[in-house]
Amino acid sequence: MKYQSQSVAKLYFIAAIGLFVGQILFGVILGLQYVIGDFLFPYIPFNIARMVHTNLLIVWLLFGFMGAAYYLVPEESQRELYSVKLAKWLFWIFLGAGVMIILSYLLIPYGRLAELTGNSMLPTMGREFLEQPTIGKIGIALVCIGFVYNIGVTILSGRKTVINMVLMTGLVGLVVLWLFSFVNPENLVLDKYYWWWVVHLWVEGVWELILASLLAFVLIKTTGVDREVIEKWLYIIVAMALITGIIGTGHHYFFMGAPGYWLWLGSIFGALEPIPFFLMTLFAFNMVNKRRRVHANRAAVLWALGTGVMAFLGAGVWGFLHTLAPVNYYTHGTQITAAHGHMAFYGAYVMVVLCIISYAMPKMRGRVANSNKAQVVEMWSFWLMTVSMVFITLFLTAAGVVQVFLQRMGDTPLPFMVVQDKLEIFYWMREVSGLVFLIGLMVYISSFFIKGDAADEAPVLEASAADNN
Amino acid sequence: MKDIFTKSVARNIYYGGSAFFIFLFLVLTFDTHQRIPERDNREAMTEVTAHGKRLWEENNCIGCHTLLGEGAYFAPELGNVYFRFGESTEAIKGFMKSRPVNGIPGRRSMPQFNFTEEELDAIAEFLKYTSGINTENWPPNIQG
Repeated sequence: MKYQSQSVAKLYFIAAIGLFVGQILFGVILGLQYVIGDFLFPYIPFNIARMVHTNLLIVWLLFGFMGAAYYLVPEESQRELYSVKLAKWLFWIFLGAGVMIILSYLLIPYGRLAELTGNSMLPTMGREFLEQPTIGKIGIALVCIGFVYNIGVTILSGRKTVINMVLMTGLVGLVVLWLFSFVNPENLVLDKYYWWWVVHLWVEGVWELILASLLAFVLIKTTGVDREVIEKWLYIIVAMALITGIIGTGHHYFFMGAPGYWLWLGSIFGALEPIPFFLMTLFAFNMVNKRRRVHANRAAVLWALGTGVMAFLGAGVWGFLHTLAPVNYYTHGTQITAAHGHMAFYGAYVMVVLCIISYAMPKMRGRVANSNKAQVVEMWSFWLMTVSMVFITLFLTAAGVVQVFLQRMGDTPLPFMVVQDKLEIFYWMREVSGLVFLIGLMVYISSFFIKGDAADEAPVLEASAADNN
Repeated sequence: MKDIFTKSVARNIYYGGSAFFIFLFLVLTFDTHQRIPERDNREAMTEVTAHGKRLWEENNCIGCHTLLGEGAYFAPELGNVYFRFGESTEAIKGFMKSRPVNGIPGRRSMPQFNFTEEELDAIAEFLKYTSGINTENWPPNIQG
């Protein structure tokens, strides 16, 4: 670690992992509710558990992005963070607010929560992923603004690398687009139109900039490849992300009342959206192949390669599968969507956060890399989580295909609930895969507690390359 | 090739390309606003449907159902429920009223929300208004 202030990231990473555990526990509950419909009913109905599952995901990924930015921006800018104090304050405020929001979902009936928090004054609640009480949304906005300010001042008064600038545009975009979570017209079509400005333009827009810059940072550090080469790749990837992703929003405007031309625009640009993810895969493998040293932290390199592959499969391939309007006509809002959502979020955002944690955490704990033993355990967790997520996705895809056929395409379409009963076997298999994922997560956490000598005996391929970045 | 395609070219594609597509997206958004009055069934919007939408949100219906295909995938699509229930708001209200408080053993069941008659009306009217939106003939059939 080159700058003291980088260590503030540790708090953020620990909180992220803690909330990640909560997210997976609720995922397992949801999976069970799919097959045992009255599990925990009426105490934790499905909608509450789902809200906890998805909101925890969003909050812990934000913690991960913030931690990542606090770690890499000082190093890239070659100066200490503008304000460590602000970063610590914002951490506790964000954690307090996040935990309060989750607990309020679990302890207070949602309708009552809306009443207590004065939702009628500025109604923003009750839309998928944006279920937070309005006051909570304001809190998130303020924390993010404070965070971007802290990062922004650091960057502007330091070295402005490409990684810094791309990360910065991504973070500013994140804040600006969040403001659309306050837009909720009574007209359902307009409501949906702008709802996607948060949801789509985050995950298929500005978050990709954050993803790509984190990946580039880890690759520079672990491969020793020339910064010029990596930065050119980074520019191309993020350029493709926005060129395809912005108009690609149209693949959500097919069947919700927007004009028909979105069928064409959404299909064409949606079909191009895998390009930046494919480039990321090429990028990760190319850089590792061209590496000028073997970094002692092999686990971090594995996460980086894994991100490249899984982001392409989950976001790229599984996204393309149903992005064309004539296909989406049949698959829209089925288990196909759920399958895509799971692998895309895991492959792109979960994995890149775990990647930067894997790289940065040992450094913040005073070593280049963890002991060999700890790394082996961490790599086991990589495979357990990744393979089980592949199976979750495959079982949901199978369920989705059967659902589409029985409910949407057959000569005698069956009612939704009748079809759901027939999908039971796939849901059970998904639940088993989910439990394996949970085990993988436990293995992951245990890897932090394995001691042993730091593994820094790895050979340097070219001595001069070791510290040129 | 390497000499022509430099980092600054890549940078210009990033900033220039993004700016162009943001601008295009804003133009398309403007155009969408011009065209949707003929598609979004706004003539059916009233204070009652607005109240219904609020109730829909404040009880987190989207946490189980989909509405025009978006939401959770745990319970039936409701964008066309008005047609599925024989174009009867009374049938929609009757279904919501009939939900058992403690659920159905072993099965999924919608919670009993104890809505007042006025609230039931508002939700049913909201779903009726939704069913009139031009969705390019989605969903493919009545089952949603």
